[in-house]
Amino acid sequence: MAANQKSGNNNKLMMTILKGRTFIVLVILLIFFSITADNFLSAGALLTVAKHVALYGILAIGMTYVIITGGIDLSVGSVAGLAGMIAGGLIQEGLTLKVFGVTIYCSVPLIVLITVLLGALMGMINGIVITKFNVAPFIATLGTMYIWRGFANIRSNGATFSELAGKEGLGNTGFEVFGRNLGGTSIPCGVLILAIIAVIAGLILKKTPFGWHVLSIGGNEKASKLSGIKVDRVKIWVYAFSGFCSAVVGIIATSQLVSATPKTGESWEMNAIAASVLGGTSMAGGVGTIGGTIVGAFVIGVINDGMTMCGVTEFWQKIIRGLVIIIAVIIDQVQRNLQAKMALQARNENK
Amino acid sequence: MGEAYKCAENVFLHAEKISKIYPGTKALDQVSFDLLKGKVNVLIGENGAGKSTLMKMIAGIEQPNEGTMYIGDQEVYFKDTTEARKHGIGIIHQELSLFPNLNVYQNIYMNKEKTKSRVVLDDKKHMEGARKVLERLEHPLDLNAKVGELRVGQQQMIEIARNLVEDDLKVLIMDEPTSSLSQQEVQVLFKIMRELTAGGISIVYISHRLEEIMEIGDHVTILRDGKYVADAEVKDIDVPWIVHQMTGGAKSYPKRDREVDWSKVENVLEVKDLCLPKQGGGYLVDHLDFELKKGEVLGIYGLMGAGRSEVFECLMGLHPEHTGEVKLNGEALKIKSISEQIDKGFALIPEDRQAQGLVQTLDIEKNCSLSALKRYTKGIFLDKKLEGEKVDGQIKDIHIKVADKKLPILSLSGGNQQKVVIGKGILTEPKILLMDEPSRGIDIGAKTEVFDIINQYAEAGLSIIVISSELQEIVAIADRVIVLSNGLKTGEFNGDEIEQDTLVLASYKGHHTEKKES
Repeated sequence: MAANQKSGNNNKLMMTILKGRTFIVLVILLIFFSITADNFLSAGALLTVAKHVALYGILAIGMTYVIITGGIDLSVGSVAGLAGMIAGGLIQEGLTLKVFGVTIYCSVPLIVLITVLLGALMGMINGIVITKFNVAPFIATLGTMYIWRGFANIRSNGATFSELAGKEGLGNTGFEVFGRNLGGTSIPCGVLILAIIAVIAGLILKKTPFGWHVLSIGGNEKASKLSGIKVDRVKIWVYAFSGFCSAVVGIIATSQLVSATPKTGESWEMNAIAASVLGGTSMAGGVGTIGGTIVGAFVIGVINDGMTMCGVTEFWQKIIRGLVIIIAVIIDQVQRNLQAKMALQARNENK
Repeated sequence: MGEAYKCAENVFLHAEKISKIYPGTKALDQVSFDLLKGKVNVLIGENGAGKSTLMKMIAGIEQPNEGTMYIGDQEVYFKDTTEARKHGIGIIHQELSLFPNLNVYQNIYMNKEKTKSRVVLDDKKHMEGARKVLERLEHPLDLNAKVGELRVGQQQMIEIARNLVEDDLKVLIMDEPTSSLSQQEVQVLFKIMRELTAGGISIVYISHRLEEIMEIGDHVTILRDGKYVADAEVKDIDVPWIVHQMTGGAKSYPKRDREVDWSKVENVLEVKDLCLPKQGGGYLVDHLDFELKKGEVLGIYGLMGAGRSEVFECLMGLHPEHTGEVKLNGEALKIKSISEQIDKGFALIPEDRQAQGLVQTLDIEKNCSLSALKRYTKGIFLDKKLEGEKVDGQIKDIHIKVADKKLPILSLSGGNQQKVVIGKGILTEPKILLMDEPSRGIDIGAKTEVFDIINQYAEAGLSIIVISSELQEIVAIADRVIVLSNGLKTGEFNGDEIEQDTLVLASYKGHHTEKKES
């Protein structure tokens, strides 16, 4: 029995290490790059990393919700792109109503509101196609990925909206604020938005019935349904949330560049998925935390920027990023096996 | 026995002091076991007693940590199932391990494929062999049918056929083969088992159903907590003896003894003309009428596929296409969705605990409170304190053995998992509790406790409908039993009229017309 006790304790220690693994990796990466790259640990460099992380961090939060329900959302990058084009178009060209022959220029807050609502609607369409028409999430969002990207190009015929500063006379100035630093500080606005969304998403996931419904649907959809959870409705809201996050990212990215191109967000969905998975979200569904995802997003950000600062070529960066993701998932499996073993152990001790 | 080297004349395989250690526990502790030639060797014990583990060793699925096995005068060691199969040992798992996407003969010849010139599959030979083996089992099937579309009983036959298709079968291990079979199919299975033993094949049979063991078994070995307890010839023993050995103390189903004049009690639920159409014509539930009184335990008995679960599914709103009238407390209901039905006071304990009852990724507490989460809110947030109190109360009420409610749900034993599922239903404060096979796959001790829970809540005024395939169980637990057969109600019995024979008789009535088809 004593031996059992000891191995139990070892397992528990192992477990703690495994659970905090992404965080440990992040710390190791920070130390590593601070040695190899000059100035990496300076406030300026870290804020640059944070600015980049904000973008796919926000995408990854929406993605985490989706993956927890057992789905996937490949359309987030395209939604971000289309959202950027919608916002950019509304500033530069306004909204022309041919029937009345007028062009309306909205104020920036209104434009932001319209954009994020449209983003949520795009996500909602994903959710409806997936739940009501029984299309596999991978396929449904692959389809909408192409569709939204197409619309983003159609909006401007492939051109870029570059006059996003707005005009004082039209009352639509101030869009670039989302890409700048907060007034008087050196904190990028995107980082603040990431923090706000992360806190809210984290609270909803763990502190509200809705959040637990999300977790239970991913764990066992059938049992959830029989427990009276409105599975379809929850899923539709989850995809809508992912769309909302994507639109927010579209706005920030566009604002950072002070120009909207239809290419914004191409292949970002992969970064978002990678951040979620690195953060311990299980592709099988039912498991995941927002905190983990944020750490995962920072790991990717630190690897990207750190390697760039070390002078590693982009080609090698890709290889290393790929390896990190696969290793992360392998460790994830080890953890799950260990967890199952410990559950079995507890079960037998209770007998 | 000591260092016995040579198996006795009537023993096919001897396992000597086998131990198996899983992390943190001894699943098997120095168990010795004789597998008798040409007999039905029965293994019994409560869940977790080590029956399946022992059989996995013999079938080569897992390897013992200690101990040796002998066949004849040879020591054997099976590093995998192929090795065991070479010695003629085949196993049918508790959960069927067939390929639902493949057809009958492909399943039978899986991994034993015959080929023409070593490349091309020889389907002619496959079909020929499959047809022969199924004929031998007196269970001709359409060889091209997809296995997923067959009934569970037929699938079971394919499992057996798979093991029989090669002639060298000497031992067939059957791990709870009857848990999903109808009474009729069980009889067919028993007939086949007798033929096999007559042909010199030894059978190891694991089951929780004691009546069956008395009927089919030759020799019984009883395990408890991974240790050998006793073994005996079936003809020398009776059920109470087995139960006593299994549990280590006398336990039996509690006798139900309620003196209530049901005619004076109000109806809670009235169902009239409930119909659920079957794909391709006919009905799964055929114009069913019944009512349920306050505090009553109504049993629904019937064969597999008689439409019992479908009745529950209609009541819970899983089949919006059903027709008929359902009245709750005299008010006609429009049944639309599960969540609405739960709000109205229905709760379902589903048949399949793992697939439909539990969310494996959540902890014990969340599994228990899941259905009722919406009720435990403060503003938009979850009221942790209230949730905790409710769950604690429920854990106490139905005696769930829990060390810490934050542990994963799978850390509980099967019986306690089932109690969590029941607790989840009760936490929604239902008026009517629908329990579909509530005692399936749990050991006798836990069964008794589940029955206690049923009694306890019925006394408190909860109306309960229980579906069960186990006669003894339904006789012991129900105030009134209705029998379904082929979707039709073929019998209704009150109090003392509830007897095993009459129930069985009624359960076949609806099948007369369709006998040829099956």
